[in-house]
Amino acid sequence: MPETPVYLEVDNLSKVYASEDGPVRALDRVSLKQQRGEFVSIVGPSGCGKSTLLMIAAGLASSSEGRVLVESKVVNAARTDLGMVFQSHVLLEWRTALENVMLQAVARKMDLKVAERRARELLAAVGLSGFENKYPRSLSGGMKQRVSICRALIHDPPHLLMDEPFGALDSLTRDQLVLDLQRICSERSTAVLFITHSIAEAVFLSDRIVVMTPRPGKIDRIIDISLPRPRTLAMRESPEFARYSREILEVFLARGVLKE
Amino acid sequence: MVDMASGSQTLLSIEQVEQRVQEQTRAKRARDRRAELIYPILASAVLLAIWEFGTRALHVPVYLLPPPSSILAATVENWQLLLRESWITAIEILAGYAVSILVGIPLALAIFQSPVFSKSVYPLLISSQAMPKVAVAPLFVVWFGFGLMPKVLIAFLIAFFPIVINTVMGLESIEREKIYLAQSMGLSSFDTFRLIRLPNALPSIFAGLKISITLAVVGAVVGEFVGGDGGLGYQLMVANGSMNTPLLFAGILALTVLGVLAFWMVEVVERLSMPHQEKASGSAGSP
Repeated sequence: MPETPVYLEVDNLSKVYASEDGPVRALDRVSLKQQRGEFVSIVGPSGCGKSTLLMIAAGLASSSEGRVLVESKVVNAARTDLGMVFQSHVLLEWRTALENVMLQAVARKMDLKVAERRARELLAAVGLSGFENKYPRSLSGGMKQRVSICRALIHDPPHLLMDEPFGALDSLTRDQLVLDLQRICSERSTAVLFITHSIAEAVFLSDRIVVMTPRPGKIDRIIDISLPRPRTLAMRESPEFARYSREILEVFLARGVLKE
Repeated sequence: MVDMASGSQTLLSIEQVEQRVQEQTRAKRARDRRAELIYPILASAVLLAIWEFGTRALHVPVYLLPPPSSILAATVENWQLLLRESWITAIEILAGYAVSILVGIPLALAIFQSPVFSKSVYPLLISSQAMPKVAVAPLFVVWFGFGLMPKVLIAFLIAFFPIVINTVMGLESIEREKIYLAQSMGLSSFDTFRLIRLPNALPSIFAGLKISITLAVVGAVVGEFVGGDGGLGYQLMVANGSMNTPLLFAGILALTVLGVLAFWMVEVVERLSMPHQEKASGSAGSP
């Protein structure tokens, strides 16, 4: 899709942390572009700076060098054109599932009646009808993360940033959420910047995968995934899928992230 | 508990099993609830009985340790006096507590909001707690006389600190992600405070409020000890002076009831303001 306009541009981004033992390089001149509606995953070992990259891309952390642009405008404050999903669900314990989703609508002063209908639709779309009025403490881990995904989507953001959203879930719940995410995002052509440890998850969901090296975080390569959509769980057994997985694995082997 | 024999003879449908399990669980819960009530009552009854018959059998003089029956008699006999004095003490407690909240919460907000204020006042506040506040009580009598004022001030002085500390801690201890979330939603800092920080701090604030109410009771009584002309604390001193030990115990009883009522009042407010919490969990404030 080379004609679609670039939505997010990360331009020569570096991040250095000062510490007692001298500076620590978290990110080393990272550049990438993401188009509207594109699903981009960032995979890499722990500590390669992928979460840092996401935080800077969201305008929630500052970079040491380089810049982030959204639709060619430099980002220098927290971005509000997006939905955020963190590794932990970050639900407010004193609000019900529905009220947690509605927080986004309240914050953005949306029409609350319309927003509530949408919130209920979204919750239903991820299999949470009947749980709208439950407090987070009576929801399972997977359900909480679903609520937090609904909260990130209720305002129909053009960009969704997800930081290892399924990292803490069991594999069956992950499979379901990955399928739900694919469906929801393709329905509304949301661009997603998705951070994960899981190669399979990245290949399954992405249009492009950014493979990062261990610290200092640099981009090793960017892989286009041209599997047809919608993708099915059965495709994970296909030779193409295996080829993509293998390609990422090779990078990790070559970089010493994994040893055989 | 499971009846193996009946299960093997006729195969129960899953609905029947469901019903049986539900009933058993419900019965067990009811039993547990009853036990929670009955056991402490039984234990108290046994203790009281030992006390009653022990003091009688050993001929312990009443002025040393009166049996529960004469304490009860003293309570019934003096109920009007006790009620009147309780009222005075209750006013002192509530006034001291109210001042603690009215000073403590804004102070905590200021400490939280302004780093300069925090850096200058917070260390001072914490080191001031090393001073035994009860020792200041006579000074307050010198300054403010024998009226309501010194008692309220002593109650306040003792009670306000936990409110400040717990409120500041509650406001400061928040997951970073919750703040990130607020920023990504474009929430103003006032709305972030109103919708996220404050409700997030409520459990901690109430823990402080519950410690404070018990301290306010102590403060009021100390105030009456030092320079009082009324209230339960003063009545305790009077009963003590006349060696009327049954009345002394009756006063302690009234004071205990007062303390429990005050604590319970805070707990009710807590439960009303945090309906999402299952049950007020065991906090540091339990008396």
